Parts: sequence; structure tokens; C-alpha cells
Amino acid sequence: MTEIRSGHGADHRRRGDANGRRPTGHPEHTYDSGSSGAVVDMTTSLAGVELPNPVMTASGCAAAGRELDQVFPVDELGAVVTKSIMLAPRAGRATPRMAETPSGMLNSIGLQGQGIDQLCASDLRWLRDRGARAVVSIAGGSVEEYAKIAGRLGDEISRSGTEGAKDGAIALVEVNISCPNVEDRGQVFACDPVAAGAVVEAVRAELPGRVPVFAKLSPDVTDVVSIGRACVAAGADGLSAINTLLGMVIDVDSMRPALAGLTGGLSGPAIRPVAVRCIWQLHAALPDVPIIGVGGIKTGLDALELVLAGASAVQVGTTIFHDPGAPIRVLAELTDALAARGFARFTDCVGHAHHIVRSPHEGHPHPDLSDEGGPHASRFGPNGPSTQRGEPT
Amino acid sequence: MTARQMAAAVAGIERAGAYYLFTLTEPGLGADFRPGQFAAVAVGGEQTSMLLRRCFSIHRADSDVMQLVIAGHGKGTRWLVRQAVGAVLDVVTPLGRPFPLPAIDPALPAHARAAPTPATGSAVGGSAAAALGAPPPATGSAAGRSAAAPDPVRSACVLVGGGYGSAPLFALSDRLQARGHPVHFVLGAATKDRLFGVDQAKAFAASVTVMTDDGSAGRQGLVSDALPGLLTANAAETVYACGPMGMLYAVTEIATAAGVRAYCAVEESMACGIGVCMTCVLPVVWPDGRTRMTRSCTDGPVFDGSLVRWSDVGTVPADCVGAMGLGA
Repeated sequence: MTEIRSGHGADHRRRGDANGRRPTGHPEHTYDSGSSGAVVDMTTSLAGVELPNPVMTASGCAAAGRELDQVFPVDELGAVVTKSIMLAPRAGRATPRMAETPSGMLNSIGLQGQGIDQLCASDLRWLRDRGARAVVSIAGGSVEEYAKIAGRLGDEISRSGTEGAKDGAIALVEVNISCPNVEDRGQVFACDPVAAGAVVEAVRAELPGRVPVFAKLSPDVTDVVSIGRACVAAGADGLSAINTLLGMVIDVDSMRPALAGLTGGLSGPAIRPVAVRCIWQLHAALPDVPIIGVGGIKTGLDALELVLAGASAVQVGTTIFHDPGAPIRVLAELTDALAARGFARFTDCVGHAHHIVRSPHEGHPHPDLSDEGGPHASRFGPNGPSTQRGEPT
Repeated sequence: MTARQMAAAVAGIERAGAYYLFTLTEPGLGADFRPGQFAAVAVGGEQTSMLLRRCFSIHRADSDVMQLVIAGHGKGTRWLVRQAVGAVLDVVTPLGRPFPLPAIDPALPAHARAAPTPATGSAVGGSAAAALGAPPPATGSAAGRSAAAPDPVRSACVLVGGGYGSAPLFALSDRLQARGHPVHFVLGAATKDRLFGVDQAKAFAASVTVMTDDGSAGRQGLVSDALPGLLTANAAETVYACGPMGMLYAVTEIATAAGVRAYCAVEESMACGIGVCMTCVLPVVWPDGRTRMTRSCTDGPVFDGSLVRWSDVGTVPADCVGAMGLGA
């Protein structure tokens, strides 16, 4: 089968790493920033599970990591998030399943997958053998189905002895609640606090206590905070934000919907401001709840934006289709961006933007660039951040 | 097989009827290429709003040069054909499974591959390696030949191209001829300017049959009108085809009826080209006899036509594995 190696990407993926060292392998998970020479501790903690760095793949954009492992070593990521799995094998939707949109795309895959048993028997074992940390995304059509999948996963965790932060462990479980509830006229769980809470509670009950459960929230709701609160009240250890937005494209030549499934999930850089807003609102309302930020990350600075809004980890998704090496490049760029802003630890940056903005009525005061006391100020010189913005070097 | 992400320079863009012959250079660009494989090219430059790579079957390649044929109809391909010579593009190649050559080609034992190779893919990819290769009923003449004792008289091959779908058939033709197989081309299109490669084919093929819908070149009609006679007249044992789904369906039916194996390169739209996005699937019968929605990027783009559920492409057949419970 095809092996994909990074060619010209090697220099920009590990930007500035002049000695050819990979941004990993350091015992304390510190990463050399190539541009500044500074060292940043990229360790993050998600509900008690410590990860060597905060960058993951996003569910549905990396299969189970095997294909991307041909591009870069997937164990260098904080975690590999597997495509949402259901109880039984599932063929998904008819084609066309995809439509490109400005700075994004619509997908209507329909959760094609092999089912939880096969995932446990093949992909999760491969990830474990590979030494990569797994975040298992689960999906269901009923509360009972979510519970059954979580039960199988709990059995697998107990049987294999993999849980927590060890390499090759199932680090945590992400619950994709953006699925229609077949028992409630197709109402999407994520759009109803009671249904969302019921799913989380059922999943939480089936898993060992030390395995955190994160609920992945939909932005297609009136008040994302109320859904987030309901999930936390039901036992979620953390929140992932955001899933795709529901969208639609009509082909003006055929004059019919472009997707066989009519509507699809919008992802890609186009939705990043929505992700930043949701993360901001959730972190402001629930400051003690860890958030995994996801939505439209293309560069390390995009990732930084989600971190500043309150994300304790980030996922890189649709951009993988454009640049298969994107997750590891984003890690290197994020490390550089933190170093350039004077952060010695990734965790010091989480939610940092909230500290600066006091209230909407006070405007957005900027840090004093001459102030060397604050972490945000120390490396902002005239040639600092302005040369970094959006550079895919 | 080794695909790489490379920065390749545009070396030339020439009109070829309704299409563009697009030449890229970079040391090693085509070194590992085998006919039937494709390249995924990023479009729009560094600040592009077009996230999805455009995938093209490779027309010809050698170690440092690669040629693609581009229609230039969409906004991404229009951007490509307007690039200046010397512009640098981000290319991932070679991708996908190549056309298996008859008999002694190393690709053919892939048919007998029982298990995925360790470093590769998912269960889907691995099993489909076998799916691609399950010997079709009643034929298998080519597969049956021993590598140690090749037949000195090579069987004829018929290469069928629809529109610019003919692009990958020329590198294939080179390899077939180098191994002594007589090669017969059937090239078809709606109109004369939408044919690709007629003159090239005439320069070296044993025969070239041209079909157009409007009769503006060659005979009026479809490639499938010409195929049965060619198979019989040349005692062909293998058909290779690339073009629209409907054409591949017809070619497979004709070949199967004649007891001839048909290898078809599909043109499904892809988002990633590397097997992670699951958008380019089509229903394919696997060795266990069951149909699965199968990726055309990593499990194809070349399939044994007799294993593709052509009439069900664009749908999820009711007997497909996991076909129940559509909803999310």
C-alpha cells in the first residue's frame, strides 16, 4: 500500500529545528522553539489525564491514524482521535458526500465505519502497539446504543489495561452527540440539554472512572453554554467544541443539492470564528471544565487563538485533507508562537485572552508592549508577531 | 509504493484539444510511478480558500518529470492551467493502486495477497487489496501464467479511454508494449476536440479506433459499440479502461460477456486522496462475497470491473455491509 513521506514539508513541519531534532522525545515534553531558541513545556492535562502536548487530530479527519502515520509519526501528537464509531458496521450515505465551500467543505459521510468490535480488534490495537494515545469518538442513534458502545469500550480498556496517560492508552472518550435520536423523531442529541445529558450520563456509567468523558458540542444551538452545563451536570469531565455546522450547497448547473444527503456538516477555516466564540463562552461560564478546541485550525496561530479563548487542547481536522502533515506542523508552529509570546508553559496560555478583556464595555485593551513583566509582552518586538501572522512557512 | 509530498515546478502547459497537457518537474517526482496512479495537487496558492486537493491520473512520468491532463473546467483546475512556467505547486504522488499488468508483473500477485502488508492500512485497505485481486470466474488466464516461464506470445490488450480519461492509458501502453503485448486503443468522446491522445496512439499502437458522439472524428457512436468486435478480432485477454462511470459499466459488461478481464480506473471525486476522508467511496464486492462502500483513492482507483457494482454507484445498495440505519 501507499506510503506517504513528507518531502518539502519536513522543513516547515519542524520549522526552525535547525539541528534536525523532532519536537518530541524530551523527558519533560518540552519543545524547542526553532525561531526563538526558547523551550516551552507543551504538556497539558485534560481532567487528570496528562498528554505530552495539546495537539490532536479531529474525529473523522484522520481515520484511525494509520494513513497519517505514513506522513509523520502519529505518536508525536498529543492524541489520535478516531473517527466516530457506532455499535454495528455502517455503510454511511450515498455519494456525492462532499462539496467544497469557501475556506471549507461540506461532508455527509453518514458515519461509515466498521463498528465498535472491529475498532477494538484492529485500529485501537494498532494505535496501542504504535505507542500512540487514542481518543475514541463514539456515536449512537439512541441512549442505549451509546451506552452499549461505551460498555464495549470499557471492557476493552479493562482487558487491555490501557487507560490514563500511558503511551498507547485510550486517553479519553469523546462523545459525538451530534447524531439524530431515532427515538425522538431524529432530534439531534446535541440540540437538547436533556437528551445530551442523558447520553453523557449513560456513557459515563459504563466507563472506568479514570477515563475522562468529553462531550463534543454542536454550534447549531441557541445557547451552547446551556448544553455544556447539562453535559457537565450529567458527568462529562470536559467538553469538545465545536462539531460542524449544518450547511447546504446547491449545484447551479444541475440545479439540485450537491450532496446526496442534501445537507452536510460545514468544516474548515470558515468556521474558526464560530469555534473561538463557543470556546470563549464555555470557558467564561465553566472556567474549571477542560475544553478541547476544534474548528478550522490551519496554522499554529489558529490553534493559539482557540487556546487563548480557553482550549486546553486542540484538534486539527479538515486541513489534513489539504496538508496531510498539518497536525505535526501545527504543533511546531504553536510551540513557536508560545515561545515568541514568552510563555514557558502551554497551560499558562489557556484562556489567556479572558485575563486581558475585562468586559465588553471596556473595549479590548492591548498589553503594553514595553512591559516585560507579563508573559504576553516579553517577546513582542517590532519584528515579533506581525511577521508571524498566517505564515505557512 | 512510496508517495511523497513534493514542491514541483510547472515546466509547461500546452493546449491539447479541449484540454491542457500539464508538465511538472522535480527530482524524483515520477520515480516510483506506475500507470494508473494519480497525483493530488493543492490549488490556489498559500492563502487559498480552496482546501481540497485536485486529483489527476498521471499521463506519463519519468524520474524527474510528470505529465497530467487537465480539463480546466472548475475553479481549481482553471487556476492550475493559468499558472506560469516555473510556478511551484504542492503535489502528493504517486497515490492509489496501479493497473495490474498481465502475467509476470509484480502487481498481479497482489491478487493473491491474503493479508495487508504490515505498514499499511486499515482493515478496509488491507482487505480490499485482496478484493482488487480476487480472480474473476472463468478467466484468470493471465494470472495463471508463471513468472518463471512467461508465454513468449503475449496476449493482446485493449485500452479504452473516454474523453481525457485516456490520459493514464499511454504510460500503461508503454509498459505493455515493452513486454510484448499488442495494444489496441479505443478512444471516444462527445466531440473531436474532447478526444485526447489520438495522434500519440496512432504512432505506436497496433490499432486505434476513434468514436465520437457526433461523428466529428472517427466513427459516430460510443466506445462500447466498437469494443466487442475488437476483443474478438484480436483475441484480447485484458481490457483496461478509464473514463466516465457509465462507460466503465458498459466496458465491464462487454468484457465479462467475452470472458475477458476488465481493469477500470474510476474518476470519483476525492477530498483527501490518501484514504482518510471517506468521500470517494463506491460499492465493491469483496472476496467474502459481500459488498462494502470502498474507497477509490486507496483501494482504487483501479478496480477489477467485475467487482464494482456499477449500476449501484451513487447509492448504498441494500445488501451492502452496514446499509441499515442511515441517519446521522
